[in-house]
Amino acid sequence: MDAIILQILNGLDKGSAYALIALGLTLIFGTLGVVNFAHGALFMIGAFCAVTLQKLMGLSFEQVDPTQKDFLGNPLKVQVPYVESWFGHDIGAAIIDWSVPLAILLAIPVMVAIGFAMERGLIKHFYKRSHAEQILVTFGLAIVMQEVIKYFFGANPIQTGAPEAFTGSFDFGALLGFSPDVIIYPYWRMVYFLFAVLVIGAVFVFLQFTTFGMVVRAGMVDRDTVSLLGININRRFTIMFAIAAVVAGVAGVMYAPILSPSFHMGMDFLVLSFVVVVVGGMGSLPGAVLAGFVLGILQSFASMNEVKAIIPGIDQIIIYLVAIVILLTRPRGLLGRKGVMED
Amino acid sequence: MKFDKINRRSFIKSSAVAGAGLALPTIFTSSARAYLNEPKGSTVKLGFNVPQTGPYAAEGMDELRAQQLAVEHLNGEGDGGMMNTFSSKTLKGNGILGKKVEFVSGDTQTKSDAARASARSMIEKDGVVMINGGSSSGVAVAVQGLCQEAGIIFMAGLTHSNDTTGKDRKANGFRHFFDAYMSGAALAPVLAKAYGTDRKFYMLTSDYTWGWTQADSMKTFLEEKGWDMIKDVRTPVGAGDFSSYITPVLQSGADVLILNHYGGDMINSLTQSVQFGLRDKQANGKNFEIVVPLYSELMAEGAGDNIKGVYGSMNWNWQLDNPGTKAFVKSFGEKYGAPPSNSAQTCYVQTLLYADAVERAGTFDPCGVVAALEENTGSIAGIDSPSNKGFMFDGMGTGKTMYRSADHQCFKDVLVMKGKESPTNKYDILEIVETTPVSNVWYEPDNEMFGGKDASLGKCNSGA
Repeated sequence: MDAIILQILNGLDKGSAYALIALGLTLIFGTLGVVNFAHGALFMIGAFCAVTLQKLMGLSFEQVDPTQKDFLGNPLKVQVPYVESWFGHDIGAAIIDWSVPLAILLAIPVMVAIGFAMERGLIKHFYKRSHAEQILVTFGLAIVMQEVIKYFFGANPIQTGAPEAFTGSFDFGALLGFSPDVIIYPYWRMVYFLFAVLVIGAVFVFLQFTTFGMVVRAGMVDRDTVSLLGININRRFTIMFAIAAVVAGVAGVMYAPILSPSFHMGMDFLVLSFVVVVVGGMGSLPGAVLAGFVLGILQSFASMNEVKAIIPGIDQIIIYLVAIVILLTRPRGLLGRKGVMED
Repeated sequence: MKFDKINRRSFIKSSAVAGAGLALPTIFTSSARAYLNEPKGSTVKLGFNVPQTGPYAAEGMDELRAQQLAVEHLNGEGDGGMMNTFSSKTLKGNGILGKKVEFVSGDTQTKSDAARASARSMIEKDGVVMINGGSSSGVAVAVQGLCQEAGIIFMAGLTHSNDTTGKDRKANGFRHFFDAYMSGAALAPVLAKAYGTDRKFYMLTSDYTWGWTQADSMKTFLEEKGWDMIKDVRTPVGAGDFSSYITPVLQSGADVLILNHYGGDMINSLTQSVQFGLRDKQANGKNFEIVVPLYSELMAEGAGDNIKGVYGSMNWNWQLDNPGTKAFVKSFGEKYGAPPSNSAQTCYVQTLLYADAVERAGTFDPCGVVAALEENTGSIAGIDSPSNKGFMFDGMGTGKTMYRSADHQCFKDVLVMKGKESPTNKYDILEIVETTPVSNVWYEPDNEMFGGKDASLGKCNSGA
C-alpha cells in the first residue's frame, strides 16, 4: 500500500510536466491546426531561463581573501556576487536563493517573444501545407534551438537548485498513519504539482469564462464561420500560440530543480508528450491533461521492482504499449472528438 | 568505379610518395617493417577520443585539457610537468623520436557507435598512430577492439569495468586507470569499519559493462564482510530522473544505497536520493548511508553539498603528497585555473608513457610499443606470483606503478575518498581517507571476474 501511494505521488510530478507540455501542444493543434515538434524545445528554453537567471544573479567579482589558500598555495580569490554587494548580504543571498521562481518573471516575456516570432516568422507560412511538412519544419527549428543553447551553455546538465526552503522532503507516511520515513516526497515536487494544477486551471478558466476564450473555442470548432462574423480569428490564434509557448516555458522553469537542464531535455519530453496527446485524443484539452497524469503515474508503477520482475524492461516501454492499446481499442484516444485529423 | 577517385591532386600526391620511396636508399626501406600510419614527415599525430557531449562530457573535456598539456610538454613547451619526475628519462622535450607531436580530437558522445566512428575517422583520415582517452567502459571496449583490428595502439583513459583488461583485453590496448575489482577490494574493509558488518545494501546500477562488473565486485567484497544485498536494480544510462528507481529503496529494508553511476548520471541520482531524504533516514535502527564506489572531482563539484560524508574510491587525487603529483598539479593548475581531475591525470600520464615507450622501442610500430610497455623492469614488492612482472615506473603521481605484461592492466595503490563534512573552499571537497596498498587489491590475470582462463590478449597488430 505504501509503495503504491509513493508511486502515485512519484507519477504526479512527471505527469504534471507531461500534462503541461501536452496542453500547449493541444492548444496549438486545436487552434492553428499545426503539429508543433518544436514544443519540447520551448520547454527546454524555459528551463534555461532559470539557468540564465541563476547565472546572472551569481555574476560576481573577485575579492582576495588572504586568510585562505587555494590549491596552489596562493591566496584564495573569493567570488562575491554583485547582487550581494548591492542589496547587502542577506537580501542578496535570498534573491539568489529564489532565482528559480523569480525566473518565471523572466520566462514569460521571453516565451511570448519567442512564441510570436515563431508563429509570425515561420509557422504562419505552413498553415496550408500538409502535417508532414509542418512536422519537418518544426522539428528542424527544434534542432536549431538546441544547438544554440548548446553553443552558449555547453552540453552538460547544469544544476539549478530550488530555494533552500523547499530542498527537504515531506514525510507523507507519518501524516497518513504509516510508519515514518517510508513515504517521503520532496517539497519541490509537491510545489511543481500544485503549480501545474494552477496553470492548467488558469488556462481552462481563461478559455471557459472569458469572451476571448469563447471566441477561440468557437474558432477551434469552426474557423470559417467565426471569420465570416468579422472576427480576426488569426490574431487570436497567434495570441494562443504565445500562451501555449508560455505554458511550456514556465513548466520548464519550475522543472529545472527536479531535472538539471541540458540542451537535450526538450527532445526527451517531446516524444512522450506526443504520445500523451495521442492517448488523450487529438485536439482535446481535458484529454491531454488526463492522459499526462495517467501516463506519468503508469510510468512510475512500471519502475517498481515487483512489476519489473514480471516483465523486465517494462519501465522503458510502458508508455508506448499503452499508446498501442489505446489506439487499437479507442482510435480517437481517451477523450478525442470526432472529425479531428480524420479528413 | 575506382578510377573516379583519381584526381589531379591525389595523383600528384601518390606519385610524390612513390618518387620519394624510390629515391630512398634501399637500406632504409628494406630493413624497416611497414606499419599503419607510419609518420613520414617531421611530425607525428596522436588521436584524443573523448566524450564532449553526453552524461560523461565534463570528464571528457578535462581529459582533453590534460592531453593538450601533455603534448605541450612533449614538444618542450611549458614547464615539463611530470617529465621532470618520471623515472624513465628518455623524454627530452623534442617531441617523440624527434618528431613534433600534433593531435586531433574526436567526440565519442559517450556512445560506443559514435566513438568507433570518430576513432575510425582519426585512423583513416587523420592518420593517427595511437588513440588515447575516453570515458565509459562501453566506449573503451568498443574502441579497443577497433584499434586492435586496425593495428594502432589504444590507451584506454577513464574506464573502470573489469572487462576492459578482463574478458575483452587486447594486445594493442593498455589501461592506466584502476578497475571495479580494485574499488570493491579497497572500499569493502573501509565501509565495514565505518558502518559495521551487519548492513543491508541496495544498488542502482548503470546498465552496461562498467555498471555490471562494478555491481558484481561490490557485491562480492561486501558479502565477504557480512553485508546482505537486498536488490541490484539496473538503470538506463542518461536516465535523467531517477526518482522512480529511488523511491522503492525507501521501503526495501535496506540501510545502505550504493550508486553504481558515474558523471552526470551520478550527479542526478545522488542529488535526487538526497531530495528524497535518504541521507536523513533511519533504517534498521541505523543511519541510512549512501556510497558512490567510483568518485571524481568533477562529479563531486557537480553534486555540491550532497557529497558530504559519502565514501568512494579514486585512481589518483591532486592532494597526494609526492613530487609527480605536485609537478602536474602546478602546470595544470597554472594553465587552467583548477586542479586536475583523476581522469585528466590518467590521460596525461598515458600520453607520456606512450611517448616514452616509443622512445625506448625506437619506433612507432605498434608491436614495438607493445613490447616496450610489456618490458619486464621489475615487480611489486610483497606479492608472490609468477604474473607479478611488467613495466615498472615511478614519479607519475602514484608511487611505484606497474603495467602488468600478462593483461596490460596498471597496478598501483587505490585511494579511498570521502566527501568533506566541512569544506573550507571550492577545491576542498574530497578527503583521502585511506591509501589501500596495491597488494590488497591484487588479483591474478586468470581471475574469474576477468574472463577466467579463456581471456587472452591475442597478438599485437601493426595493421600492415
